[in-house]
Amino acid sequence: MTSHSDLSCTGLVRRFSGHTAVDHVSLDVPAGTFFSILGPSGCGKTTLLRLLAGFDKPDEGDIHIRGQRMNDVPPNHRPVNMVFQHLALFPTMSVGENIGYGLKRQKVPAAERQKRIVQVLEQVGLPDLAGRNPQQLSGGQRQRVALARCLVLKPTLLLLDEPLGALDLKLREQMKVELKHLQKAFGTTFVYITHDQSEAMVMSDQVAVMRNGRFDQVAPPEVLYRQPETPFVAGFVGDNNRLRGDLVSVEGELADIRLDDGSRVRGRIACEGLEPGSRVDLFVRPESLVLAGEAINPGYTGMDARIRTTLFDGANSRVEAEAAGQTVYARLPQDGSAPRLGENAAVRLAWDPILARVFEAAT
Amino acid sequence: MIRSVPRSRWFDAIYLLYLVAFFVYLALPLIVTGVFAFNDAPFPSLPWKGFTLDWYLADGTGGRTGLFHDDGLLSALWVSVQIAFWVTLVSVSLGCVNAVLFERLNFRGKELLYLLMLLPLVIPGVILGVSILVFYSGMANDASRLWGIELDLFRPGMTLVVMGQVAFIATLSTLVIAARLRKFDRQLEEAALNLGATPLMAWFTVTLPWLMPSIFGAGAMAFLMSFENFNTTVMLTGSDTPLTVALFNRLREGSTPVLNAVALFLMVGSALLAMVAMRRSDRG
Amino acid sequence: MMKDSASRLSLWLLLTPFLLWILLLVLVPHLQMLRVSFQVRESWDTLVWGFDQYQNFFTESYYWRTFVRTGVMSLFTTFLTLIIAFPIAWYIARLARGRARGLLFLACLIPFWASELVRTYGWMILLRESGLISSWLQLLGLADAPVEMLYNDVAVIIGLVYNGLLFMVVPLVTTLDGMDENLVEAGYDLGGGHLTVMREVVVPWAMPGIVSGCIVVFMLTLGSYLTPILMGGKDSAWFTQQIFTQFITRFNWEQGAALGVLLLFLSSVIVWIGLRLSGQSLRKVMG
Repeated sequence: MTSHSDLSCTGLVRRFSGHTAVDHVSLDVPAGTFFSILGPSGCGKTTLLRLLAGFDKPDEGDIHIRGQRMNDVPPNHRPVNMVFQHLALFPTMSVGENIGYGLKRQKVPAAERQKRIVQVLEQVGLPDLAGRNPQQLSGGQRQRVALARCLVLKPTLLLLDEPLGALDLKLREQMKVELKHLQKAFGTTFVYITHDQSEAMVMSDQVAVMRNGRFDQVAPPEVLYRQPETPFVAGFVGDNNRLRGDLVSVEGELADIRLDDGSRVRGRIACEGLEPGSRVDLFVRPESLVLAGEAINPGYTGMDARIRTTLFDGANSRVEAEAAGQTVYARLPQDGSAPRLGENAAVRLAWDPILARVFEAAT
Repeated sequence: MIRSVPRSRWFDAIYLLYLVAFFVYLALPLIVTGVFAFNDAPFPSLPWKGFTLDWYLADGTGGRTGLFHDDGLLSALWVSVQIAFWVTLVSVSLGCVNAVLFERLNFRGKELLYLLMLLPLVIPGVILGVSILVFYSGMANDASRLWGIELDLFRPGMTLVVMGQVAFIATLSTLVIAARLRKFDRQLEEAALNLGATPLMAWFTVTLPWLMPSIFGAGAMAFLMSFENFNTTVMLTGSDTPLTVALFNRLREGSTPVLNAVALFLMVGSALLAMVAMRRSDRG
Repeated sequence: MMKDSASRLSLWLLLTPFLLWILLLVLVPHLQMLRVSFQVRESWDTLVWGFDQYQNFFTESYYWRTFVRTGVMSLFTTFLTLIIAFPIAWYIARLARGRARGLLFLACLIPFWASELVRTYGWMILLRESGLISSWLQLLGLADAPVEMLYNDVAVIIGLVYNGLLFMVVPLVTTLDGMDENLVEAGYDLGGGHLTVMREVVVPWAMPGIVSGCIVVFMLTLGSYLTPILMGGKDSAWFTQQIFTQFITRFNWEQGAALGVLLLFLSSVIVWIGLRLSGQSLRKVMG
């Protein structure tokens, strides 16, 4: 099984005085994939990455890279390279020297080295910049140099520590797409950590959602979005509405729920052990909500709501409404299909119960 | 080598041993000097003959004269204090003015003047003393010889010592104060102007309080450096010798525990001053 | 217009004290010293221009041998100070944490609350024949007679290194402290070993601190007077001593001025070479 995965970790634990930053994490990254670890700050993702790079040692568990145990291998002998959060380009060296640094350590002869520096700079779209000092480059260019510095070594595994954090929004959008293309072009396995769900969703083949040192769910982005397995994932990945109520009854995989104002709605059960009477949270995405006035599908469930305001944001426009004493957002299609809604207008919000997910209420 | 990179246990052990050896090297001469200020023997060396305060308090009747009854050393101490006072005053004032000049104003030739400002740092102290002696004392000699005018101010003595010390201590206090001024957020000054203060008011109510810790720091540093200076001072001193020069002369005659007593006294004094200065600049 | 003249006025107000200081205390005295060094005293009140003082320097082997010796020993002391101070600075800046860090740094400063004279005196008490180390060696049975460890070049260097340490540790700690630890990690991550990372990443980064520490220590050592005089032997003369002798003992100002100019020349040249070799500028290093 290890022959197919570039990285495989089993039962990794890292404790610091007082808390466990990484708590029994196991993961398996197939060769050539883009694997993201997504989590809020302080969830332990940076610690996990540093364990993989060798800058920290696990208290328990094993790290295998291409089947080889890495626990006692120092960072400079691991087939792993890292793009640091603030890039860590050597300010005392030119771009070319930065890229040549690792090659020199591998004793690549000078002529060959030159060739590969030129080649990799071309691949990342920065030809002719080898002589510059990193400080003279723009943020996006520095990003690419940091990538090139690692990729030129052809590592088994490339670790990326939120390298896009420092870029402005527009550039970040651009770099996301570009990183994905570069990963495909080089075929290197990427392990990327971020707190920005959009970065993880756009680029990754697999995303692990991390919380309090543990993985909540590991899945491709689409599965993560459509079938979150925990209330945390449902709330953290993508926008979601949360409605709290009591479970009345269960029919097959659908649950009948009484919201706190007495209205009844339905959703699909996403966890085990729910009994009638237990407190539950129902998650339904803004784009699953249909505004009444349109023909309502008889299988749909719904509730009455009062419009508070509309939030225009192009394709991402929404209405903010109050329903069952809670704030609910619904997507407002901009193709002319939505009715014009004034403030305080009464509407009915409806959805397909299969698209809503019901979890036991978090306390 | 750094915390996150594995090190061997041997490396750590050797490193620790080195650190210990280093700090022993650092502390040993001072501890020894201090301890022998209390040895009941006429010569600062082993064996230990017991504890005494004679080297501070003896009044000369038992053949021993302690520091507090030694008029030569006490008057030298007073000379040093006076010199240090003037040097501190002049250097810190110059430092403030220079800091504003170089951090706030733009004028032609600023780079060159800044380099000139740094120049005293790369001139050996002896040379600073010698050049001032040659220029001012030479001037006094010429004036006396050609016109019979006595410029006693420019003969070796306290004035020349103060001038010689200011020549390089002013650079240091400028650097200290300028470093702090550089970190000042100019928006605070603009806010003061915006709230109705005049530029001068803004300077005294907003900027100067911000600089205060560095002014204290520079002052303490200037005082200590002046008090301890030997190389420049020895070239310029006249009949009223400051403490370091007096101690040097005594030391050439042979060492007695009185010298240890003075040394310990100086160390404690400097430590107190340095501590007070650090407290103040920590608060800022 | 008003504003313009006001700012001119404030510029001159601030510039005047600076100019008075730098001209009257630094530049003009040094130019005068240079002038005097080219004067030859024919009788007690007649002076003519000439190179006699400099000729004396080159013909009298005692002068230039001391000159070379002082320069070489100062360079050696500077280098030794750097080697000794670097691991200490590294420990304080990178390995020590929290309180230990502050305390260690403070411990480095403590010796410098005492003057050079006091420090030298401390070493004399330790090293001389009747000194502590000699007594300890006898007590331990490692020596059967008093050992004289003072009055030789090793003693002088011990004292000089001791005097310079602080001025090396402080700039090193400051630059090393400002280094992003990720740079070192990147150095390892890309395959470097301890030595490589040191040589290729850390030292280039710390260069401004290294150069500034070296310049200050070199200047202090070259211009030191007390330590070589009090701790050195009969034949370990220091160049400052000769300047002192000319001025104070022989009243030969012209010769003294010439020797002073030569010392200044030596220090400037070596500082300049140091800045050149390390690719630094005085402003970056000192300012």
